[in-house]
Amino acid sequence: MAKIIVVTSGKGGVGKTTTSASFATGLAMRGHKTAVIDFDVGLRNLDLIMGVERRVVFDFVNVINGEATLKQALIKDKHLDKLHILAASQTRDKDALTTEGVEKVLNDLAQDFDFIVCDSPAGIERGAFLAMYFADEALVVTNPEVSSVRDSDRVLGILSSKARLAEKGETKVKEHLVLTRYNPARVAKGEMLSLEDVKEILAIPLLGVVPESSSVLTCSNSGVPVIREEGSDAGLAYQDLVARFLGDEVPHRFITEQKKGLFSKLFGAT
Amino acid sequence: MDWLKFFRAEKNNTAKTAKDRLMLAVAYQRSGQANGPSYLPRLREELLGVVRKYIQVPDEAVQFSVQREGGLEVLELNITLPDQ
Repeated sequence: MAKIIVVTSGKGGVGKTTTSASFATGLAMRGHKTAVIDFDVGLRNLDLIMGVERRVVFDFVNVINGEATLKQALIKDKHLDKLHILAASQTRDKDALTTEGVEKVLNDLAQDFDFIVCDSPAGIERGAFLAMYFADEALVVTNPEVSSVRDSDRVLGILSSKARLAEKGETKVKEHLVLTRYNPARVAKGEMLSLEDVKEILAIPLLGVVPESSSVLTCSNSGVPVIREEGSDAGLAYQDLVARFLGDEVPHRFITEQKKGLFSKLFGAT
Repeated sequence: MDWLKFFRAEKNNTAKTAKDRLMLAVAYQRSGQANGPSYLPRLREELLGVVRKYIQVPDEAVQFSVQREGGLEVLELNITLPDQ
């Protein structure tokens, strides 16, 4: 049985799609058959971050409406056999996603896949709600910044009361904190909320800290999930995060300030 | 004077401010006040109207909240009467 994981945050621009792309890629790199679905109907973007935008023929809504089969709509990753992408529709019809339709697609995917990663849109409207409704686990992507933390708390409230697991009342959605765009140097200066602050406020277990990194932008420029970028801090942080999700014991890194030596100061090594 | 800040031991710690503000905002959100029933503001106005038939109270003398305790929802109305 497949495990369904929603990547959510409430606030936009905190790194949901970046995280979805790298997380799904990481699971596939570790040998798990993984599908990643873009729930942002009308504002499709996961395809760009995954570098498959020119191969989108059918999308999520086409499958729901029976205009294409799941097999036709799933885009197979060029590098990883086990990774498949289901793009969002560009329709402006905000009722295009239905609970029954989403449930059917997820059930069909669950036959074949180990993991289904749902990339939620920002906000708490229908797309975001449906992305989290069927989830077994949730990655709550948060920036160390007031509006992001408050929105994450709001989303956690919805997950614990409105998700299917919560409605059934048997278990609850397993929540994981993913703190992104973290800058330990600014934390040390008292300019940024610390990891401890965010953990204390949101009170959910930490899965990983992804440091602010220039490679997130450069990788998105070329449509490569940052986890594939060897030697980038953010990429390494995502590899650690995936390993931890799969049960490995991996210590957290990139959470304290890296003091630059004189050499790297002079020659600008990064 | 801005340059004086440089010498102060206690630097401008905005992260601390952020945390304090967040703790409050999040507590409010969790208390259910932020997403309480939509009739709350009207109920508040009408109750205030009834009270004002008898006593003149300023707006800020009235505190109104819905709290969830266990399975119960408790409507709490606090009116501070003015000194006679």
